[in-house]
Amino acid sequence: MNDSKVSKAVFVALAFLALAAFPAVSGQYGLDLATKIMVFAIFALSLELLVGTTGLVCFGQAAFLGIGAYSTVLLSPPDQAGSVLWLLPAAMLLAGGYALAVGALSLRTKGVYFIMVTLAFAQMAYYVAHDTPLGGGTDGIYLLMKPGVGDWLDLDKPLVLYQFTLACLLVTFAFLALLGRSRFGRALAGIRVNEQRMRATGFSTYPYKLAAFVISGALSALAGFLFAVKGGYVNPELMGWHVSGEVLIIVILGGLGHLRGALIGAFAFALLQEFFKSEAIFGEFAKHWHLGLGLTIIASVALLPRGLVGVPGQIAARLHGTALGEASSAAKAGGSHGGH
Amino acid sequence: MAGTDILLRGQHISRRWGGLLALNDVSIEVARGTVHAVIGTNGAGKSTLVNILSGEIPPSGGTVELLGQDVTHWTQPRRARAGLGRSYQRNTIYPSFSVLENCRLAAQASAQKPWALWQDARRCPASTAAALAAADRAGLAGVLQREAGLLSHGQKRQLEIAMCLATAPQVLLLDEPLAGMGAEETERMLALLDSLKATHAILLIEHDMDAVFRVADCITVMVNGGVIASGSPDFVRNSAEVRVAYLGEH
Repeated sequence: MNDSKVSKAVFVALAFLALAAFPAVSGQYGLDLATKIMVFAIFALSLELLVGTTGLVCFGQAAFLGIGAYSTVLLSPPDQAGSVLWLLPAAMLLAGGYALAVGALSLRTKGVYFIMVTLAFAQMAYYVAHDTPLGGGTDGIYLLMKPGVGDWLDLDKPLVLYQFTLACLLVTFAFLALLGRSRFGRALAGIRVNEQRMRATGFSTYPYKLAAFVISGALSALAGFLFAVKGGYVNPELMGWHVSGEVLIIVILGGLGHLRGALIGAFAFALLQEFFKSEAIFGEFAKHWHLGLGLTIIASVALLPRGLVGVPGQIAARLHGTALGEASSAAKAGGSHGGH
Repeated sequence: MAGTDILLRGQHISRRWGGLLALNDVSIEVARGTVHAVIGTNGAGKSTLVNILSGEIPPSGGTVELLGQDVTHWTQPRRARAGLGRSYQRNTIYPSFSVLENCRLAAQASAQKPWALWQDARRCPASTAAALAAADRAGLAGVLQREAGLLSHGQKRQLEIAMCLATAPQVLLLDEPLAGMGAEETERMLALLDSLKATHAILLIEHDMDAVFRVADCITVMVNGGVIASGSPDFVRNSAEVRVAYLGEH
Protein backbone atom coordinates (compact mmCIF):
# COMPACT_ATOMS: atom_id res chain seq x y z
CA MET A 1 0.00 0.00 0.00
CA ASN A 2 1.53 3.34 -1.00
CA ASP A 3 1.46 6.51 1.11
CA SER A 4 -1.55 7.89 -0.70
CA LYS A 5 -3.63 4.79 -0.09
CA VAL A 6 -2.57 4.67 3.55
CA SER A 7 -3.56 8.30 4.11
CA LYS A 8 -6.93 7.68 2.46
CA ALA A 9 -7.54 4.61 4.64
CA VAL A 10 -6.48 6.49 7.76
CA PHE A 11 -8.81 9.37 6.88
CA VAL A 12 -11.76 7.02 6.42
CA ALA A 13 -10.98 5.11 9.63
CA LEU A 14 -10.72 8.35 11.61
CA ALA A 15 -13.94 9.64 10.11
CA PHE A 16 -15.84 6.55 11.18
CA LEU A 17 -14.24 6.60 14.62
CA ALA A 18 -15.25 10.23 15.02
CA LEU A 19 -18.81 9.39 14.01
CA ALA A 20 -18.86 6.50 16.47
CA ALA A 21 -17.68 8.80 19.27
CA PHE A 22 -19.88 11.73 18.27
CA PRO A 23 -22.94 10.86 20.45
CA ALA A 24 -20.74 11.14 23.55
CA VAL A 25 -20.22 14.84 22.93
CA SER A 26 -23.36 15.73 21.03
CA GLY A 27 -26.72 16.99 22.09
CA GLN A 28 -30.02 15.87 20.63
CA TYR A 29 -29.90 18.38 17.78
CA GLY A 30 -26.41 17.33 16.74
CA LEU A 31 -27.34 13.66 16.90
CA ASP A 32 -30.39 14.28 14.75
CA LEU A 33 -28.40 16.31 12.22
CA ALA A 34 -25.60 13.75 12.02
CA THR A 35 -28.13 10.96 11.48
CA LYS A 36 -29.70 12.92 8.64
CA ILE A 37 -26.29 13.57 7.09
CA MET A 38 -25.33 9.89 7.29
CA VAL A 39 -28.57 8.95 5.54
CA PHE A 40 -27.68 11.37 2.76
CA ALA A 41 -24.13 10.00 2.72
CA ILE A 42 -25.52 6.52 2.00
CA PHE A 43 -27.72 8.04 -0.69
CA ALA A 44 -24.70 9.84 -2.17
CA LEU A 45 -22.63 6.65 -2.08
CA SER A 46 -25.34 4.89 -4.05
CA LEU A 47 -25.13 7.56 -6.74
CA GLU A 48 -21.34 7.58 -6.65
CA LEU A 49 -21.43 3.97 -7.86
CA LEU A 50 -23.22 5.17 -10.97
CA VAL A 51 -21.70 8.58 -11.62
CA GLY A 52 -18.19 8.28 -10.24
CA THR A 53 -17.47 4.60 -10.75
CA THR A 54 -19.41 3.75 -13.90
CA GLY A 55 -19.73 7.15 -15.55
CA LEU A 56 -23.53 7.08 -15.70
CA VAL A 57 -25.00 10.45 -14.77
CA CYS A 58 -28.35 9.45 -13.31
CA PHE A 59 -30.73 12.31 -12.65
CA GLY A 60 -33.47 10.21 -11.16
CA GLN A 61 -31.88 8.75 -8.07
CA ALA A 62 -34.57 10.25 -5.84
CA ALA A 63 -37.09 7.74 -7.21
CA PHE A 64 -35.21 4.88 -5.58
CA LEU A 65 -34.88 6.81 -2.33
CA GLY A 66 -38.61 7.49 -2.38
CA ILE A 67 -39.57 3.93 -3.23
CA GLY A 68 -37.44 2.72 -0.33
CA ALA A 69 -39.08 5.21 2.00
CA TYR A 70 -42.65 4.61 0.80
CA SER A 71 -42.17 0.83 0.88
CA THR A 72 -41.03 1.05 4.47
CA VAL A 73 -44.11 2.99 5.50
CA LEU A 74 -46.62 1.11 3.37
CA LEU A 75 -45.34 -2.33 4.34
CA SER A 76 -45.16 -1.53 8.06
CA PRO A 77 -48.01 -2.99 10.13
CA PRO A 78 -50.32 -0.18 11.30
CA ASP A 79 -50.70 -1.38 14.85
CA GLN A 80 -47.26 -2.68 15.75
CA ALA A 81 -43.61 -2.15 14.94
CA GLY A 82 -42.49 -3.96 11.81
CA SER A 83 -39.32 -5.97 11.74
CA VAL A 84 -36.23 -4.41 10.21
CA LEU A 85 -35.21 -7.91 9.16
CA TRP A 86 -37.84 -8.06 6.45
CA LEU A 87 -38.86 -4.42 5.97
CA LEU A 88 -35.40 -3.32 4.96
CA PRO A 89 -34.75 -6.16 2.47
CA ALA A 90 -38.26 -5.67 1.07
CA ALA A 91 -37.67 -1.95 0.53
CA MET A 92 -34.33 -2.62 -1.15
CA LEU A 93 -35.82 -5.40 -3.26
CA LEU A 94 -38.68 -3.21 -4.49
CA ALA A 95 -36.39 -0.32 -5.35
CA GLY A 96 -33.95 -2.73 -6.96
CA GLY A 97 -36.79 -4.15 -9.04
CA TYR A 98 -37.81 -0.68 -10.14
CA ALA A 99 -34.17 0.10 -10.93
CA LEU A 100 -34.02 -3.06 -13.02
CA ALA A 101 -36.98 -1.91 -15.12
CA VAL A 102 -35.76 1.69 -15.40
CA GLY A 103 -32.19 0.64 -16.09
CA ALA A 104 -33.17 -1.92 -18.69
CA LEU A 105 -34.74 0.85 -20.74
CA SER A 106 -32.67 3.90 -19.89
CA LEU A 107 -29.30 2.19 -20.35
CA ARG A 108 -30.08 1.83 -24.02
CA THR A 109 -29.49 5.57 -24.25
CA LYS A 110 -26.32 7.54 -23.63
CA GLY A 111 -25.19 10.95 -22.43
CA VAL A 112 -27.79 13.63 -22.13
CA TYR A 113 -30.54 11.24 -23.26
CA PHE A 114 -29.73 8.94 -20.36
CA ILE A 115 -29.95 11.89 -17.98
CA MET A 116 -33.33 12.87 -19.40
CA VAL A 117 -34.76 9.36 -19.39
CA THR A 118 -33.77 8.73 -15.78
CA LEU A 119 -35.27 12.09 -14.84
CA ALA A 120 -38.47 11.19 -16.66
CA PHE A 121 -38.78 7.88 -14.81
CA ALA A 122 -38.20 9.61 -11.50
CA GLN A 123 -40.87 12.19 -12.30
CA MET A 124 -43.26 9.37 -13.17
CA ALA A 125 -42.67 7.86 -9.74
CA TYR A 126 -43.10 11.30 -8.20
CA TYR A 127 -46.49 11.83 -9.87
CA VAL A 128 -47.67 8.35 -8.94
CA ALA A 129 -47.09 9.27 -5.30
CA HIS A 130 -48.34 12.82 -5.79
CA ASP A 131 -51.52 12.20 -7.73
CA THR A 132 -52.80 8.89 -6.41
CA PRO A 133 -54.06 7.91 -2.97
CA LEU A 134 -51.51 5.09 -2.83
CA GLY A 135 -49.12 6.97 -0.60
CA GLY A 136 -51.45 9.58 0.81
CA GLY A 137 -51.18 11.89 -2.19
CA THR A 138 -49.62 15.29 -1.62
CA ASP A 139 -50.07 14.95 2.15
CA GLY A 140 -47.82 11.95 2.34
CA ILE A 141 -48.10 9.25 4.98
CA TYR A 142 -46.90 8.70 8.52
CA LEU A 143 -44.97 5.79 9.92
CA LEU A 144 -46.85 5.31 13.15
CA MET A 145 -44.72 2.56 14.65
CA LYS A 146 -41.02 2.63 13.92
CA PRO A 147 -39.54 -0.74 13.02
CA GLY A 148 -37.02 -2.66 15.06
CA VAL A 149 -35.93 -6.16 15.94
CA GLY A 150 -37.73 -7.18 19.12
CA ASP A 151 -36.18 -5.61 22.21
CA TRP A 152 -32.74 -5.82 20.67
CA LEU A 153 -33.07 -2.98 18.21
CA ASP A 154 -35.52 -0.15 18.78
CA LEU A 155 -35.14 2.46 16.06
CA ASP A 156 -37.54 4.75 17.89
CA LYS A 157 -34.64 5.68 20.15
CA PRO A 158 -32.51 8.42 18.53
CA LEU A 159 -29.21 6.98 19.75
CA VAL A 160 -30.06 3.51 18.48
CA LEU A 161 -31.14 4.95 15.15
CA TYR A 162 -27.89 6.90 14.98
CA GLN A 163 -25.82 3.81 15.63
CA PHE A 164 -27.85 1.72 13.22
CA THR A 165 -27.46 4.39 10.53
CA LEU A 166 -23.72 4.54 11.18
CA ALA A 167 -23.51 0.76 10.86
CA CYS A 168 -25.44 0.94 7.56
CA LEU A 169 -23.09 3.66 6.32
CA LEU A 170 -20.05 1.60 7.26
CA VAL A 171 -21.42 -1.51 5.58
CA THR A 172 -22.34 0.47 2.45
CA PHE A 173 -18.91 2.06 2.30
CA ALA A 174 -17.11 -1.25 2.84
CA PHE A 175 -19.34 -2.98 0.29
CA LEU A 176 -18.61 -0.36 -2.37
CA ALA A 177 -14.90 -0.35 -1.55
CA LEU A 178 -14.77 -4.12 -2.04
CA LEU A 179 -16.86 -3.82 -5.16
CA GLY A 180 -14.44 -1.27 -6.59
CA ARG A 181 -11.55 -3.70 -6.23
CA SER A 182 -13.42 -6.67 -7.61
CA ARG A 183 -13.41 -7.81 -11.21
CA PHE A 184 -16.90 -6.38 -11.48
CA GLY A 185 -15.73 -3.03 -10.13
CA ARG A 186 -12.73 -2.88 -12.43
CA ALA A 187 -15.00 -3.57 -15.36
CA LEU A 188 -17.23 -0.68 -14.28
CA ALA A 189 -14.17 1.57 -14.07
CA GLY A 190 -13.17 0.46 -17.54
CA ILE A 191 -16.65 1.29 -18.82
CA ARG A 192 -16.39 4.76 -17.29
CA VAL A 193 -13.07 5.48 -18.97
CA ASN A 194 -13.74 3.94 -22.36
CA GLU A 195 -16.79 1.80 -22.98
CA GLN A 196 -15.92 1.36 -26.65
CA ARG A 197 -12.61 -0.22 -25.70
CA MET A 198 -14.31 -2.49 -23.18
CA ARG A 199 -16.62 -3.81 -25.88
CA ALA A 200 -13.71 -4.28 -28.26
CA THR A 201 -11.95 -6.25 -25.54
CA GLY A 202 -14.90 -8.60 -25.17
CA PHE A 203 -17.00 -7.16 -22.38
CA SER A 204 -20.72 -6.99 -22.98
CA THR A 205 -21.07 -3.75 -21.08
CA TYR A 206 -24.85 -3.55 -20.83
CA PRO A 207 -25.28 -6.24 -18.11
CA TYR A 208 -22.53 -4.64 -16.06
CA LYS A 209 -24.16 -1.24 -16.24
CA LEU A 210 -27.56 -2.73 -15.45
CA ALA A 211 -26.18 -4.57 -12.43
CA ALA A 212 -24.59 -1.35 -11.19
CA PHE A 213 -27.89 0.47 -11.71
CA VAL A 214 -29.80 -2.13 -9.68
CA ILE A 215 -27.25 -2.16 -6.86
CA SER A 216 -27.33 1.62 -6.80
CA GLY A 217 -31.14 1.63 -6.65
CA ALA A 218 -31.17 -0.87 -3.79
CA LEU A 219 -28.61 1.16 -1.83
CA SER A 220 -30.69 4.29 -2.35
CA ALA A 221 -33.61 2.38 -0.88
CA LEU A 222 -31.51 1.69 2.20
CA ALA A 223 -31.17 5.45 2.58
CA GLY A 224 -34.92 5.76 1.92
CA PHE A 225 -35.68 3.24 4.65
CA LEU A 226 -33.57 5.19 7.13
CA PHE A 227 -35.11 8.47 5.98
CA ALA A 228 -38.62 7.16 6.61
CA VAL A 229 -37.70 5.72 9.99
CA LYS A 230 -35.91 8.86 11.07
CA GLY A 231 -38.61 11.31 10.04
CA GLY A 232 -41.58 9.02 10.60
CA TYR A 233 -43.15 10.62 7.57
CA VAL A 234 -42.74 10.52 3.80
CA ASN A 235 -44.26 12.66 1.08
CA PRO A 236 -43.85 12.90 -2.70
CA GLU A 237 -41.27 15.68 -2.46
CA LEU A 238 -38.78 13.00 -1.50
CA MET A 239 -38.89 11.84 -5.12
CA GLY A 240 -38.76 15.31 -6.66
CA TRP A 241 -36.13 16.22 -9.22
CA HIS A 242 -34.53 18.65 -6.79
CA VAL A 243 -33.62 15.75 -4.50
CA SER A 244 -31.93 13.99 -7.43
CA GLY A 245 -30.15 17.25 -8.13
CA GLU A 246 -29.06 17.68 -4.53
CA VAL A 247 -27.47 14.27 -4.31
CA LEU A 248 -25.69 14.86 -7.61
CA ILE A 249 -24.33 18.12 -6.19
CA ILE A 250 -23.19 16.27 -3.07
CA VAL A 251 -21.23 13.77 -5.15
CA ILE A 252 -19.66 16.47 -7.33
CA LEU A 253 -18.93 18.72 -4.35
CA GLY A 254 -17.18 15.88 -2.54
CA GLY A 255 -15.23 14.72 -5.57
CA LEU A 256 -16.34 12.39 -8.33
CA GLY A 257 -14.80 8.94 -8.36
CA HIS A 258 -14.07 8.77 -4.65
CA LEU A 259 -16.16 6.99 -2.06
CA ARG A 260 -14.88 9.32 0.63
CA GLY A 261 -15.91 12.19 -1.64
CA ALA A 262 -19.54 11.16 -1.20
CA LEU A 263 -19.07 11.17 2.58
CA ILE A 264 -17.33 14.53 2.62
CA GLY A 265 -19.82 15.97 0.16
CA ALA A 266 -22.79 14.91 2.28
CA PHE A 267 -21.35 16.52 5.39
CA ALA A 268 -20.22 19.65 3.57
CA PHE A 269 -23.57 20.11 1.84
CA ALA A 270 -25.61 19.64 5.02
CA LEU A 271 -23.35 21.86 7.09
CA LEU A 272 -23.44 24.57 4.43
CA GLN A 273 -27.22 24.35 4.48
CA GLU A 274 -27.23 24.73 8.26
CA PHE A 275 -24.80 27.62 8.01
CA PHE A 276 -26.78 29.62 5.48
CA LYS A 277 -30.06 28.85 7.25
CA SER A 278 -28.72 30.22 10.53
CA GLU A 279 -30.64 33.31 11.61
CA ALA A 280 -28.04 33.89 14.29
CA ILE A 281 -25.51 34.56 11.54
CA PHE A 282 -27.53 35.91 8.65
CA GLY A 283 -30.58 37.34 10.39
CA GLU A 284 -33.44 38.03 8.00
CA PHE A 285 -31.33 37.04 5.02
CA ALA A 286 -31.32 33.45 6.30
CA LYS A 287 -34.64 32.85 4.55
CA HIS A 288 -32.74 33.27 1.25
CA TRP A 289 -30.34 30.49 2.20
CA HIS A 290 -30.62 28.89 -1.26
CA LEU A 291 -28.80 31.88 -2.72
CA GLY A 292 -25.80 31.60 -0.41
CA LEU A 293 -25.66 27.83 -0.81
CA GLY A 294 -25.89 28.07 -4.58
CA LEU A 295 -23.14 30.65 -4.86
CA THR A 296 -20.91 28.61 -2.59
CA ILE A 297 -21.43 25.50 -4.69
CA ILE A 298 -20.72 27.39 -7.91
CA ALA A 299 -17.52 28.74 -6.37
CA SER A 300 -16.55 25.27 -5.14
CA VAL A 301 -17.02 23.67 -8.53
CA ALA A 302 -15.07 26.48 -10.21
CA LEU A 303 -12.20 26.53 -7.73
CA LEU A 304 -12.07 22.85 -6.78
CA PRO A 305 -12.27 20.89 -10.02
CA ARG A 306 -11.58 17.62 -8.19
CA GLY A 307 -14.00 18.38 -5.40
CA LEU A 308 -13.24 18.62 -1.70
CA VAL A 309 -11.18 15.42 -1.76
CA GLY A 310 -8.79 17.21 -4.09
CA VAL A 311 -8.14 20.07 -1.68
CA PRO A 312 -5.08 18.49 0.02
CA GLY A 313 -3.58 17.81 -3.41
CA GLN A 314 -4.18 21.37 -4.51
CA ILE A 315 -2.64 22.74 -1.34
CA ALA A 316 0.37 20.45 -1.70
CA ALA A 317 0.78 21.52 -5.31
CA ARG A 318 0.73 25.17 -4.27
CA LEU A 319 3.22 24.55 -1.50
CA HIS A 320 5.58 22.75 -3.84
CA GLY A 321 5.13 25.35 -6.55
CA THR A 322 3.68 22.78 -8.92
CA ALA A 323 1.24 23.85 -11.54
CA LEU A 324 -2.27 22.75 -10.67
CA GLY A 325 -2.77 21.15 -14.03
CA GLU A 326 0.26 18.95 -13.59
CA ALA A 327 -0.82 17.93 -10.13
CA SER A 328 -4.31 17.11 -11.31
CA SER A 329 -3.18 15.05 -14.26
CA ALA A 330 -0.59 13.22 -12.21
CA ALA A 331 -3.13 12.46 -9.52
CA LYS A 332 -5.59 11.28 -12.13
CA ALA A 333 -2.99 9.10 -13.75
CA GLY A 334 -2.16 7.78 -10.32
CA GLY A 335 -5.44 5.95 -10.04
CA SER A 336 -7.46 8.41 -8.07
CA HIS A 337 -10.68 7.13 -9.56
CA GLY A 338 -12.29 4.37 -7.67
CA GLY A 339 -10.26 5.16 -4.58
CA HIS A 340 -11.70 5.43 -1.14
CA MET B 1 -4.16 -18.37 -49.77
CA ALA B 2 -5.04 -21.79 -48.53
CA GLY B 3 -8.66 -21.87 -47.38
CA THR B 4 -7.89 -23.38 -44.00
CA ASP B 5 -5.42 -20.62 -43.15
CA ILE B 6 -7.89 -17.81 -43.60
CA LEU B 7 -9.03 -16.70 -40.17
CA LEU B 8 -10.95 -13.59 -41.14
CA ARG B 9 -12.90 -13.07 -44.31
CA GLY B 10 -15.10 -10.18 -45.36
CA GLN B 11 -17.13 -10.68 -48.52
CA HIS B 12 -18.85 -8.05 -50.62
CA ILE B 13 -19.06 -5.67 -47.71
CA SER B 14 -20.82 -2.40 -48.26
CA ARG B 15 -21.84 0.37 -45.92
CA ARG B 16 -24.10 3.33 -46.54
CA TRP B 17 -24.29 6.46 -44.43
CA GLY B 18 -27.48 7.98 -45.76
CA GLY B 19 -26.73 8.83 -49.35
CA LEU B 20 -22.99 8.25 -48.99
CA LEU B 21 -21.61 4.88 -49.99
CA ALA B 22 -18.68 4.59 -47.59
CA LEU B 23 -17.81 1.02 -48.57
CA ASN B 24 -18.68 -0.54 -51.88
CA ASP B 25 -18.44 -4.30 -52.35
CA VAL B 26 -15.18 -4.77 -50.47
CA SER B 27 -13.86 -8.29 -50.00
CA ILE B 28 -10.82 -9.10 -47.94
CA GLU B 29 -9.13 -12.14 -46.44
CA VAL B 30 -6.58 -12.37 -43.67
CA ALA B 31 -4.63 -15.59 -43.21
CA ARG B 32 -2.70 -16.87 -40.23
CA GLY B 33 0.98 -16.04 -40.39
CA THR B 34 0.48 -13.00 -42.60
CA VAL B 35 0.12 -9.26 -42.34
CA HIS B 36 -2.54 -7.92 -44.66
CA ALA B 37 -2.21 -4.17 -44.92
CA VAL B 38 -5.00 -1.86 -46.03
CA ILE B 39 -3.86 1.49 -47.36
CA GLY B 40 -5.70 4.43 -48.81
CA THR B 41 -6.17 8.12 -48.50
CA ASN B 42 -8.20 9.64 -45.68
CA GLY B 43 -11.86 8.89 -46.25
CA ALA B 44 -11.12 5.83 -48.34
CA GLY B 45 -13.15 3.66 -45.95
CA LYS B 46 -10.35 1.84 -44.13
CA SER B 47 -11.59 2.52 -40.61
CA THR B 48 -15.18 1.79 -41.65
CA LEU B 49 -13.97 -1.57 -42.93
CA VAL B 50 -12.21 -2.34 -39.64
CA ASN B 51 -15.26 -1.23 -37.69
CA ILE B 52 -17.43 -3.62 -39.67
CA LEU B 53 -15.00 -6.50 -39.40
CA SER B 54 -14.72 -6.00 -35.64
CA GLY B 55 -18.49 -5.71 -35.22
CA GLU B 56 -18.51 -2.13 -34.07
CA ILE B 57 -20.93 -1.19 -36.82
CA PRO B 58 -23.08 -3.48 -38.95
CA PRO B 59 -22.57 -3.67 -42.70
CA SER B 60 -25.31 -2.57 -45.08
CA GLY B 61 -24.48 -5.62 -47.14
CA GLY B 62 -22.02 -8.51 -47.24
CA THR B 63 -20.79 -11.03 -44.71
CA VAL B 64 -17.99 -11.43 -42.21
CA GLU B 65 -16.49 -14.80 -41.31
CA LEU B 66 -14.24 -15.36 -38.32
CA LEU B 67 -12.45 -18.69 -37.91
CA GLY B 68 -14.80 -20.21 -40.45
CA GLN B 69 -18.00 -19.02 -38.75
CA ASP B 70 -20.39 -16.45 -40.10
CA VAL B 71 -20.22 -13.67 -37.49
CA THR B 72 -21.99 -10.97 -39.48
CA HIS B 73 -24.71 -10.64 -36.86
CA TRP B 74 -22.52 -11.17 -33.82
CA THR B 75 -21.94 -8.31 -31.44
CA GLN B 76 -18.50 -6.82 -31.07
CA PRO B 77 -17.87 -8.33 -27.60
CA ARG B 78 -18.84 -11.78 -28.87
CA ARG B 79 -16.43 -11.48 -31.79
CA ALA B 80 -13.73 -10.32 -29.42
CA ARG B 81 -14.27 -13.32 -27.17
CA ALA B 82 -14.16 -15.57 -30.21
CA GLY B 83 -10.63 -14.41 -31.01
CA LEU B 84 -10.77 -11.03 -32.71
CA GLY B 85 -8.60 -8.36 -31.14
CA ARG B 86 -8.43 -4.78 -32.31
CA SER B 87 -6.52 -1.66 -31.49
CA TYR B 88 -7.64 1.86 -32.26
CA GLN B 89 -6.19 4.75 -34.18
CA ARG B 90 -6.23 6.83 -31.01
CA ASN B 91 -5.05 5.53 -27.66
CA THR B 92 -7.84 3.78 -25.80
CA ILE B 93 -5.87 2.67 -22.81
CA TYR B 94 -7.04 3.31 -19.26
CA PRO B 95 -4.70 6.08 -18.13
CA SER B 96 -5.43 5.80 -14.42
CA PHE B 97 -4.64 2.07 -14.37
CA SER B 98 -1.14 0.63 -14.30
CA VAL B 99 0.17 -1.20 -17.35
CA LEU B 100 -0.49 -4.51 -15.62
CA GLU B 101 -4.02 -3.47 -14.66
CA ASN B 102 -4.77 -2.46 -18.23
CA CYS B 103 -3.68 -5.86 -19.48
CA ARG B 104 -5.37 -7.72 -16.66
CA LEU B 105 -8.68 -6.01 -17.32
CA ALA B 106 -8.43 -7.01 -20.96
CA ALA B 107 -7.54 -10.57 -19.97
CA GLN B 108 -10.58 -10.75 -17.72
CA ALA B 109 -12.83 -10.26 -20.70
CA SER B 110 -12.28 -13.83 -21.78
CA ALA B 111 -13.12 -15.22 -18.33
CA GLN B 112 -15.76 -12.86 -17.02
CA LYS B 113 -17.23 -13.43 -13.59
CA PRO B 114 -19.36 -10.36 -13.00
CA TRP B 115 -21.17 -12.06 -10.14
CA ALA B 116 -17.91 -12.51 -8.22
CA LEU B 117 -18.46 -9.21 -6.46
CA TRP B 118 -15.96 -9.97 -3.73
CA GLN B 119 -13.11 -11.40 -5.70
CA ASP B 120 -10.24 -8.94 -5.79
CA ALA B 121 -9.34 -8.36 -9.43
CA ARG B 122 -5.65 -8.59 -8.52
CA ARG B 123 -6.11 -12.10 -7.17
CA CYS B 124 -7.05 -13.80 -10.38
CA PRO B 125 -4.05 -15.96 -11.32
CA ALA B 126 -5.23 -16.77 -14.84
CA SER B 127 -5.87 -13.13 -15.77
CA THR B 128 -2.64 -11.98 -14.18
CA ALA B 129 -0.63 -14.64 -16.00
CA ALA B 130 -2.23 -13.69 -19.33
CA ALA B 131 -1.61 -10.01 -18.62
CA LEU B 132 2.03 -10.56 -17.73
CA ALA B 133 2.60 -12.64 -20.85
CA ALA B 134 0.94 -10.03 -23.06
CA ALA B 135 2.88 -7.15 -21.53
CA ASP B 136 6.10 -9.09 -21.88
CA ARG B 137 5.43 -9.89 -25.51
CA ALA B 138 4.66 -6.25 -26.25
CA GLY B 139 7.91 -5.18 -24.62
CA LEU B 140 6.38 -3.64 -21.53
CA ALA B 141 7.69 -6.04 -18.89
CA GLY B 142 9.85 -3.31 -17.41
CA VAL B 143 7.02 -0.85 -16.78
CA LEU B 144 4.30 -3.09 -15.41
CA GLN B 145 3.51 -0.95 -12.40
CA ARG B 146 3.72 2.39 -14.18
CA GLU B 147 0.48 4.29 -14.66
CA ALA B 148 -0.49 4.01 -18.28
CA GLY B 149 -1.11 7.73 -18.57
CA LEU B 150 2.54 8.37 -17.80
CA LEU B 151 3.92 6.16 -20.56
CA SER B 152 5.58 7.59 -23.66
CA HIS B 153 3.48 7.69 -26.81
CA GLY B 154 5.27 4.68 -28.24
CA GLN B 155 4.73 2.69 -25.07
CA LYS B 156 1.06 3.60 -25.10
CA ARG B 157 0.79 2.17 -28.61
CA GLN B 158 2.58 -0.95 -27.39
CA LEU B 159 0.10 -1.15 -24.53
CA GLU B 160 -2.75 -1.01 -27.05
CA ILE B 161 -1.27 -4.12 -28.65
CA ALA B 162 -0.61 -5.74 -25.28
CA MET B 163 -4.25 -5.29 -24.31
CA CYS B 164 -5.26 -7.00 -27.53
CA LEU B 165 -2.85 -9.85 -26.87
CA ALA B 166 -4.15 -10.31 -23.32
CA THR B 167 -7.47 -11.46 -24.76
CA ALA B 168 -5.66 -14.30 -26.57
CA PRO B 169 -6.87 -13.36 -30.05
CA GLN B 170 -6.10 -15.21 -33.24
CA VAL B 171 -6.83 -12.25 -35.46
CA LEU B 172 -5.53 -8.73 -34.84
CA LEU B 173 -7.04 -5.64 -36.43
CA LEU B 174 -4.53 -2.87 -35.93
CA ASP B 175 -5.64 0.63 -36.85
CA GLU B 176 -2.59 2.82 -37.42
CA PRO B 177 -0.39 1.40 -34.66
CA LEU B 178 2.52 3.55 -35.88
CA ALA B 179 0.66 6.86 -35.77
CA GLY B 180 2.72 9.62 -34.18
CA MET B 181 5.74 7.42 -33.50
CA GLY B 182 9.38 8.41 -33.81
CA ALA B 183 11.91 6.36 -35.77
CA GLU B 184 13.08 4.27 -32.84
CA GLU B 185 9.57 3.55 -31.63
CA THR B 186 8.53 2.62 -35.16
CA GLU B 187 11.35 0.11 -35.39
CA ARG B 188 10.31 -1.41 -32.09
CA MET B 189 6.69 -1.68 -33.21
CA LEU B 190 7.64 -3.22 -36.55
CA ALA B 191 9.74 -5.81 -34.75
CA LEU B 192 6.73 -6.55 -32.55
CA LEU B 193 4.43 -6.92 -35.57
CA ASP B 194 6.96 -9.19 -37.20
CA SER B 195 7.07 -11.42 -34.15
CA LEU B 196 3.27 -11.50 -33.87
CA LYS B 197 2.89 -12.50 -37.49
CA ALA B 198 4.01 -16.03 -36.78
CA THR B 199 1.09 -16.76 -34.50
CA HIS B 200 -1.65 -14.38 -35.64
CA ALA B 201 -3.51 -13.18 -38.68
CA ILE B 202 -2.97 -9.42 -38.77
CA LEU B 203 -4.96 -6.79 -40.62
CA LEU B 204 -2.95 -3.59 -40.57
CA ILE B 205 -4.20 -0.13 -41.43
CA GLU B 206 -1.29 2.22 -41.80
CA HIS B 207 -0.22 5.42 -43.51
CA ASP B 208 3.53 4.84 -43.17
CA MET B 209 4.23 3.35 -46.59
CA ASP B 210 7.80 2.34 -45.80
CA ALA B 211 6.57 0.34 -42.85
CA VAL B 212 3.70 -1.18 -44.80
CA PHE B 213 5.93 -2.39 -47.61
CA ARG B 214 8.35 -3.81 -45.05
CA VAL B 215 5.96 -5.91 -43.00
CA ALA B 216 3.00 -6.66 -45.23
CA ASP B 217 2.59 -9.91 -47.12
CA CYS B 218 -0.47 -8.63 -48.88
CA ILE B 219 -1.70 -5.10 -49.51
CA THR B 220 -5.18 -3.89 -50.35
CA VAL B 221 -5.50 -0.39 -51.73
CA MET B 222 -8.75 1.46 -51.18
CA VAL B 223 -10.02 4.59 -52.83
CA ASN B 224 -13.47 6.13 -52.29
CA GLY B 225 -14.82 3.10 -50.45
CA GLY B 226 -13.74 0.58 -53.03
CA VAL B 227 -10.75 -1.68 -53.64
CA ILE B 228 -8.64 -0.72 -56.61
CA ALA B 229 -5.86 -3.25 -56.13
CA SER B 230 -5.00 -6.15 -53.84
CA GLY B 231 -1.99 -8.40 -53.90
CA SER B 232 1.64 -8.73 -52.96
CA PRO B 233 3.68 -5.60 -52.17
CA ASP B 234 5.44 -5.94 -55.52
CA PHE B 235 2.16 -6.20 -57.37
CA VAL B 236 0.79 -3.10 -55.62
CA ARG B 237 4.02 -1.19 -56.09
CA ASN B 238 3.92 -1.86 -59.81
CA SER B 239 0.22 -1.30 -60.30
CA ALA B 240 -0.35 1.64 -62.62
CA GLU B 241 -3.80 2.25 -61.17
CA VAL B 242 -2.40 2.50 -57.65
CA ARG B 243 0.38 4.79 -58.73
CA VAL B 244 -2.15 7.14 -60.29
CA ALA B 245 -4.85 6.99 -57.68
CA TYR B 246 -2.85 6.75 -54.51
CA LEU B 247 0.82 7.37 -54.97
CA GLY B 248 0.11 10.45 -57.05
CA GLU B 249 2.11 9.46 -60.09
CA HIS B 250 1.01 10.11 -63.66
